[in-house]
Amino acid sequence: MNVIGRNSKFAIEVAGLECRYGERVVLADVSFAVKPSEIFFIIGGNGCGKSTLLRHLIGLKQPGQGRVKYFGRDFTHADRAGRQELLRTFGVLYQNGALWSSMTLAENVALPLELYTKLDRRERARIVSLKLAQVGLAGLEDYYPVELSGGMKRRAGLARALALDPAIVFFDEPSAGLDPITSLKLDELIRQIRDTLGTTIVIVSHELPSIFDIADRVVMIDSGARGVIAEGEPNQLRETSPDQRVREFLNRRVAVVQQQQESLHP
Amino acid sequence: MTPLITTSPACATTSLEDEALVVRLTGDWQITESPPKWSQILAAHRPRRVVLQAEALGGWDSSLALFLSAARLWSAAQEVELVEQGFPPEVGRLAALLVTKPQVAAQNPRLADFVAVVGEATHKVWQETKDLAQLLGECFYSSGRFMRGQAQFRWRDCFTEMQQCGALALPIVGLISFLVGVIMAYQGAVQLRQFGADIYVADLVGLSVVREMGPMMAAIVLAGRTGAAFAATLGNMQANEEIDALETLGVSPIDFLVMPRIMALFLMMPLLALYANFLGIMGGLVVTASILDIPSSLYWIETKSIIDLSDLSTGLIKAATFGLIIGLCACLRGLQAERSAVGAGRAATAAVVTSTLLIIVSDSIFAVIFNILGW
Repeated sequence: MNVIGRNSKFAIEVAGLECRYGERVVLADVSFAVKPSEIFFIIGGNGCGKSTLLRHLIGLKQPGQGRVKYFGRDFTHADRAGRQELLRTFGVLYQNGALWSSMTLAENVALPLELYTKLDRRERARIVSLKLAQVGLAGLEDYYPVELSGGMKRRAGLARALALDPAIVFFDEPSAGLDPITSLKLDELIRQIRDTLGTTIVIVSHELPSIFDIADRVVMIDSGARGVIAEGEPNQLRETSPDQRVREFLNRRVAVVQQQQESLHP
Repeated sequence: MTPLITTSPACATTSLEDEALVVRLTGDWQITESPPKWSQILAAHRPRRVVLQAEALGGWDSSLALFLSAARLWSAAQEVELVEQGFPPEVGRLAALLVTKPQVAAQNPRLADFVAVVGEATHKVWQETKDLAQLLGECFYSSGRFMRGQAQFRWRDCFTEMQQCGALALPIVGLISFLVGVIMAYQGAVQLRQFGADIYVADLVGLSVVREMGPMMAAIVLAGRTGAAFAATLGNMQANEEIDALETLGVSPIDFLVMPRIMALFLMMPLLALYANFLGIMGGLVVTASILDIPSSLYWIETKSIIDLSDLSTGLIKAATFGLIIGLCACLRGLQAERSAVGAGRAATAAVVTSTLLIIVSDSIFAVIFNILGW
């Protein structure tokens, strides 16, 4: 069990967050909480502001209003030192891995270890090998990102995100553009990471198979409502959500089309 | 400031019990907090049996797996019995990943032997010569299509590039040419004044600027300015699969992207060279008028008398060729660029290096040819 996660009730608390894209308010009054060791999905249609919300959560953008707390500590209004400390509690896997293309995989994963630990070169190399083995890329230390496939890049990005054994890992659309089997393997890997170290996982995605496979809870945001329209367990929301948009999304079915089909084939 | 979490530091206490080294692991093991290392534990002991007790362990992460795997490796090497008590099963699994990780022999291409390096470099030069010749051939084909009006050539692109490499390059080309004229006049004046041959500064500056320095300086500036930009643009397009998109649309990238650029440089370079010639001569004129007390009119007459049409035409032929070389090298490097963020940058650098090299090489070839022709 990761040290940081064990004493807090919530890993992440988002309260009244207002997200802007340029001058435009994309999301207003977003509130939810993620428990430690939970696999939590942020879902919603294209362009609803999922990725913008993620950028606000990880501090790449400053919210107009509201706050984000990690393990009870305010991240949004933290001073420089506090922010640096909180930044080390989470890792991020960007959509295409965001590997530094001038470095080998080993150098990519080793950089956070070099910056934030006192491990010597040999120990760093062993941890790098462990992380790459954990994501199924053992032996590819000397490869450059350009030599990898899309799925491998994402795995390598995950190895880098895991380098410091963060308490939380954020994933931005991890399955986008991957074939079903690769996507399934990535889901299994995510679950394995959670089970091994008790890592809290937050995933921005709209891949229904992944959501029903590994999500403990989801929060759904909607561009029309400019905020959260549902929060809960995905299976429960699919069946019993009072909001039609949530049921349509999770059942992959549009009510109007369904009605038309029913009238055509009574 | 209060710490994010209250942790008890990772600790490994040792005790000797019946020739067995008992290591008791306590506290929170975090990789960022420098937990104990197996080599430190062993420092003073040579036990015949080791017992690792982790019952009182707090939190843990990869650092504990590193410790455990080091202990396992050591005990296997020393043939010492290792007993693990109370470890979470996940730690054992992670440590096993560390132990069983295949040791990949580091292959450092830099250590390849000398002959292979020379061979590869030669092969690369030969390959690149072929690539350049191929691109030149494709451009000839494309110009054939262009003459017949069948090329997918956009004049609008060509005019934009002409503006970029022509009009917008005037200030920098002008400044550099003027200063080159000034430098040559100064250097020449110092020597020629000793013999009372001050007026020949005009001949020196006029001839060298018109035959050599004007076209050369314009070409070097354009190689750095426009060649790099062309290569970076095409490299970026390569990375974004824009060139693939053109090809799948049935549009030849040579017609559509390469030809407008090469043609713009081919047409603009002689004009820029003329402009550079004029400003280079002006640079010489300013120096002679100010320090040698030679009237401007005299300098001008001397310059006109020494420069004839063959001097001017050799310069312009060179300029057009340099334009062709810059365009070809830049487009070739851009099209060859790796499909990555660094690819475009490398292409730009390679374009400047290759075109500068080829400009100098072709200039020396021109010197021999014009000498034989007596121009």
